[in-house]
Amino acid sequence: MSLSMDSMYQQIILDHYKHPQHRGAIEPFDAEVHHVNPTCGDEVTLRVRLADGEIAELGWVGEGCSISQASTSVMSDLVVGKPIENALELQEKFLELMQSQGQGELTEDEAEALDDAVAFEGVSKYPARVKCALLGWMAMKSAVAEASNAAGASGNTGASGTTEQGAQS
Amino acid sequence: MVAPAFDVAEIRKDFPILSRQVHGVPLVYLDSANTSQKPRQVLDAMQDYYSLHNANVARAVHTLGSEATTLFEAARDKVAAFINAPSRDEVIFTKNISESLNLLAYSLSNATTFPGAEKFRIGPGDNVVVTEMEHHSNLVPWQLLAQRTGAEFRYIPIDEDGRLVLEAIEERIDERTKVVSFVHQSNALGTVNPVARIVARAKAVGALTILDAAQSAPHRPVDVQALGVDFLGFTGHKLYGPTGVGVLWGRYELLAALPPFMGGGEMIETVDMSGTTYAAPPHRFEAGTPMIAEAIGLGVAIDYVTAIGMDSIQAHEDALTAYALQAFASVPGLKVIGPNSPEDRGATISFTVKGIHPHDVSQLLDEQGIAVRAGHHCARPVCVRYGIPATTRASFGIYTTTAEIDALVAGLARVQEMFG
Repeated sequence: MSLSMDSMYQQIILDHYKHPQHRGAIEPFDAEVHHVNPTCGDEVTLRVRLADGEIAELGWVGEGCSISQASTSVMSDLVVGKPIENALELQEKFLELMQSQGQGELTEDEAEALDDAVAFEGVSKYPARVKCALLGWMAMKSAVAEASNAAGASGNTGASGTTEQGAQS
Repeated sequence: MVAPAFDVAEIRKDFPILSRQVHGVPLVYLDSANTSQKPRQVLDAMQDYYSLHNANVARAVHTLGSEATTLFEAARDKVAAFINAPSRDEVIFTKNISESLNLLAYSLSNATTFPGAEKFRIGPGDNVVVTEMEHHSNLVPWQLLAQRTGAEFRYIPIDEDGRLVLEAIEERIDERTKVVSFVHQSNALGTVNPVARIVARAKAVGALTILDAAQSAPHRPVDVQALGVDFLGFTGHKLYGPTGVGVLWGRYELLAALPPFMGGGEMIETVDMSGTTYAAPPHRFEAGTPMIAEAIGLGVAIDYVTAIGMDSIQAHEDALTAYALQAFASVPGLKVIGPNSPEDRGATISFTVKGIHPHDVSQLLDEQGIAVRAGHHCARPVCVRYGIPATTRASFGIYTTTAEIDALVAGLARVQEMFG
């Protein structure tokens, strides 16, 4: 099937789905979170390790639709090795794009920063699928928050948490 | 019996929506179990009602009020004839089948304190029985009833092929069973259940029987007397009628003794500050201004399918089911969830495609103009039973053609090509 320009399934999405990046559990880790998308049953378990204010390592395992799995893969590629602040800024930008209902207009800089994640723009036209695309991004955000809190509180590693994404988007 | 000629091309002309395009290609609508499309006759009747006759029913003495009442009550007659009810007074209009089933569940628990309703009382030690393949609308109301009354909630399990475990019927329904509420045709699996065996067992132990006919009434003849149940419900919007109207049918002597569900206008006999007496069925269960235009629309939908003939409709859909099951067998990696043979099943087929999530399957079919449903179909325990998150479901109706099933099969091949 040839992909039409307005297909939700851009080649980048299919490529990441078939060859997911940063998939697997990392050791050691500072925080682990488990997020589910109750409407579709998509799941992701994600671990992060922070060092020197950066996301030093990130690994995830999950199952679900191609949108949820590919988006988590794209996100991983984008944030690993980045300062935490930049990763969270990207998360904000991606969230905005997903909430744009197909009307999102990215500046050149934003598009460049989001890189492969721009391929998910078409998903924003389908409210039922937006949560799929956000799953990994939301998991990354809470894992980073948990790891930062844990580091601030006691410097412990191995904190974990489980959240349902339902109320967040 | 020789069925009258069934002309699907002629039927399709009556459904305006079937000529629209989606994503630049002709719509292939295979989601009739979710909601059916509506023929022009139904749309026109509702438009006519609002344009020419609109008034409240059973209250106004003016001409419009009398016309509206006549039209509304004529719809009740049509429903009664459609399900072969012994009396029109046994037909209650509800908002949908969920309301029909909740009405029964709440009326039954109201019996705990309602004078004269002792025979309906349900309490600790008693049980209510459903099946593992119920839609949430015939599952949650009974869990809630069990919670309110202290009764036990039970179910008849399903087997690997999506059929009830037959021996469990006699085992789960016992002397303490007060209610057996079950689905005629499963919305998630397509299975048509053995009504006679379940009713026989329920009758033997004195339990009330309730049949959810939401997925059967649009597709096969439904005769309440032949089925032998005590209550039966269905919804209008799956029967080529509008949303917002459903039906609850019950045996008159039961309805006459059952406590009301909702209080309000129209359901009373006399109201006094010291107490109220209630109207006879069906009005006893129809508090407030009803869905007048929708009931009239449903009546016209019933006229429409009756003119075609429910036997002919069933024959058409049985042929589509056999055709689709055979076509699906040629799709690599496709697994039918539910009976894989055409006996005792309806034209609703759930399936999984190996390696591709149902949401991806249905989204990519939609991009090709093909509308199917993906999800747990409001029958989550079915997915849990088979260890899957969801299924893709194709469901057919009077306007479905074998060409549309071919389009689905070709569409699935393209989806697999993309994910290959």
